[in-house]
Amino acid sequence: MLWHRDAAIPNDIDAVILPGGFSYGDYLRCGAIAKFSPIIGAVKTFAAKGGLVIGICNGFQILTECHLLPGALVRNTNLQYICKPVDLRIETTNTPFTNQATKGQIVTFPIAHGEGRYTADPETLDQLEAEDRIVFRYVDNPNGSLRDIAGICNKERNVLGMMPHPERATDPLMGSADGLTVFRSIVTAFAAK
Amino acid sequence: MATITPDILAAHNVTADEYSKILSILGREPNLTELGIFSVMWSEHCSYKSSRVHLKKLPTRSKYVLLGPGENAGIIDIGDGLGVAFKIESHNHPSFIEPFQGAATGVGGILRDIFTMGARPIAVLDSLRFGPLDDPQTGARNRRIVEGVVAGISHYGNCFGVPTVGGECVFDKSYSGNPLVNVFALGVIEKEKIFLGQAHGVGNPVIYVGAKTGRDGIHGATMASDEFTEESKQKRPNVQMGDPFLEKLLLEACLEVMETGAVVGIQDMGAAGLTCSTCEMGSRAGTGIEIDLALVPQRETGMTPYEIMLSESQERMLLVAIKGREQEVFDVFEKWGLDAAEIGIVTDTGMLVVKNHGEIVAHIPNRELADEAPLYNRPYTKPARKAPMNAPAFTSADLKADLIRLLSSGDMCSKKWIYEQYDYMVRTNTLAGPGGDAAVVRIKGTDTSIAVSLDGNGRYCSLDPREGAKLGVAEACRNISTVGAQPMAATNNLNFGNPQKPEIMAQLVEAIEGMAEACLHFETPITGGNVSLYNETLGEGIHPTPVMGIVGVLKTGKPMPIEFQSEGKTVLLLGGFRDQQDLVRFGSTQYANVIVGGPWGLPPALDMDYEKRVHSAIRKIVTEGLSESAHDLSDGGLAVALAESSFGGIGAHITLPASERPEVQLFQEAPSRILVSTAKAQEVRAIADEFQVEVVEIGTTEAGKLVIADRIDASIEELRQPWSTSLERLLHA
Repeated sequence: MLWHRDAAIPNDIDAVILPGGFSYGDYLRCGAIAKFSPIIGAVKTFAAKGGLVIGICNGFQILTECHLLPGALVRNTNLQYICKPVDLRIETTNTPFTNQATKGQIVTFPIAHGEGRYTADPETLDQLEAEDRIVFRYVDNPNGSLRDIAGICNKERNVLGMMPHPERATDPLMGSADGLTVFRSIVTAFAAK
Repeated sequence: MATITPDILAAHNVTADEYSKILSILGREPNLTELGIFSVMWSEHCSYKSSRVHLKKLPTRSKYVLLGPGENAGIIDIGDGLGVAFKIESHNHPSFIEPFQGAATGVGGILRDIFTMGARPIAVLDSLRFGPLDDPQTGARNRRIVEGVVAGISHYGNCFGVPTVGGECVFDKSYSGNPLVNVFALGVIEKEKIFLGQAHGVGNPVIYVGAKTGRDGIHGATMASDEFTEESKQKRPNVQMGDPFLEKLLLEACLEVMETGAVVGIQDMGAAGLTCSTCEMGSRAGTGIEIDLALVPQRETGMTPYEIMLSESQERMLLVAIKGREQEVFDVFEKWGLDAAEIGIVTDTGMLVVKNHGEIVAHIPNRELADEAPLYNRPYTKPARKAPMNAPAFTSADLKADLIRLLSSGDMCSKKWIYEQYDYMVRTNTLAGPGGDAAVVRIKGTDTSIAVSLDGNGRYCSLDPREGAKLGVAEACRNISTVGAQPMAATNNLNFGNPQKPEIMAQLVEAIEGMAEACLHFETPITGGNVSLYNETLGEGIHPTPVMGIVGVLKTGKPMPIEFQSEGKTVLLLGGFRDQQDLVRFGSTQYANVIVGGPWGLPPALDMDYEKRVHSAIRKIVTEGLSESAHDLSDGGLAVALAESSFGGIGAHITLPASERPEVQLFQEAPSRILVSTAKAQEVRAIADEFQVEVVEIGTTEAGKLVIADRIDASIEELRQPWSTSLERLLHA
């Protein structure tokens, strides 16, 4: 666990996960204050050196706020918080986060957010598509995200942001273990190094 | 110094008798600050002065109870060196005046009660009651209240990071001017690390932590002890504002500071804020407390001692540390970015001494203030009831249409619109979330899970509070047993009208006595709870509404679903038909209420011995893995339970004996019944025999439709669609 006031990431860290939650209460705007926390500078450096970074839910919001990923996450179209399991389609396996999946595979991850509607200008969206950077799409769009986008990666493919929660789908007791695919892919990516 | 006039006493809800008691305790006239302090501590909300005499009738002990009523929350032993702390509390009055903040701070308050013990909250459930959404006069306001309350709970619980895993939501005219928002919270605690709200150790520092004090919520506790009138809307500043993220920080800081060993006692500042936490901590320890208000972190300038002592600003705690180890406490709170200030010391005088810049502004004996509130054995007669005893003439024109109407009604429709706004999965322990019979949350690192059910039935209680209260306990225990858990203990929230009316007081007395009898029978002692009186608006009382929160324990495993799982399985009715063809008892049912225009008559008859044997039987069936689904029968009886069991897509073909009153057969609400689908009917029968309860084979599961004898033939979609969309339709009409 890295503390938000720390300004460096220890050398033995392989991947950084920005988990869900309500960083700084999500006051002002989700992730808007978090981007000023000391640790974020270190995360940017870590990412620039090719380190794996995943932002889940609030973590995705932080990654867009600090421009590690393009676009923004705004309020769901129904203006309500939504918590439920949703089906996602894995759109690319060409990432360290999905190499153990098959293209087009449908997985079930929960979502739990009030501001999960992905939005960006049309050029950015076209570029994301052209560069195969849309990693997950909603099968039945719950929040109004443009082009059904649930998760994207950066151009270098080492930074992933996604609104759904793979870590909440890691045990059959919880209804789905599909999320293990993401974590197994990361392990595989490291093993291949 | 201001002289205390009758007008000032009236403004503080202090009676002439209570005032003479204050005079004799102090041996002099109080000043205004002291009067304010007495008025909140002796309010109904804080002192339970009208109910305490009767609350003593409730069972509170068992070999599992580690801590009973009197502290911030009760605690039971769940093995592995662990306990669970839990309690339910109401925030009814604030939620009417300002639904969003009222409900949000209701969640915040009960969470603090849990973590002040040293427990980490792992589950919240809510019992909500509102006026009808489609009422021509009050519908618009009721809809606004629902949306505000749900958004408030969602806002606070989600941001704090505790899953809201279940609850109930009921609509009735009697709640139009007085919604009920009862919030239950549960946390896990190591048995050896329970913290109490006691100020031990003369000379130890008294430390204030958390949010700064503002003017919000002054006289919240006295407001909650008064009826609503047209002027109530003027009381909006009495409702507090919540900051859930600050509470999350406070939680982490408190649990961390408790680990240091530098903390002697700790208590949250809830109702009556600094007043209540200081005098209660002193009283419990038999010590005195001396504080100086100039040292209290303040959000506003120019606050008077009266305002600081009575403020109900949220997210604050008071703790007593070991002298010499203050710095350890300050370091933890600094890490979490929270205020911590030494505001006084523990003394041996037994007095609450409040200074402001060194000048004494209040000087009151702790014990008398905290524990010597006047006790009222208020007169009671027969419980108020308005409904007629006998049934009107009625016959069903179309049983299928009746079923659809029931499934679309506010009480029975899907509550998905509500619970999808709650993060019911955060912390990844929720095995069974909202929508089932009971919520199930696992305790990581053990093979134990906790089941919780909240239940109450105001309509039953309005017809017979004693029987209604018993039925509430029975249903909660049945829900717990249906997921395979053993009911262990209970917490209660007693929501009633004005106790100064003898026929309302009688409702309270009868309900407590019924609850006591049932809790004794089902071995679920009450470890704490809350009483909310004066739930009246313009002289109209609510239905007497005791809400039970029952906690059970089970082995962690795949949860038992309520839906049928596969085709061709035997459908059994455990407990049997319990045919109550008695039309007087039918008058309390949802059918009588929604379709016929009741209620009338009496609640269903309950045989507690039989009920308990049904619980034992279903628990054994479920834990031995003999059923594919299990769902208890409650609102709407057999037909509604069959429909709900079909909503996963697998329905059933049901055969029933002939009946002269098919609507009564299908919709009567006799308790002690559970619907089971199984491939192992023989084994299930053997268990029913072992516990001497009836079991009747009533049909076979079948994909896509529900056929109930020659009475109802429907595709599942025909039933599911209105059920699942109704609440949203009612809200956005």
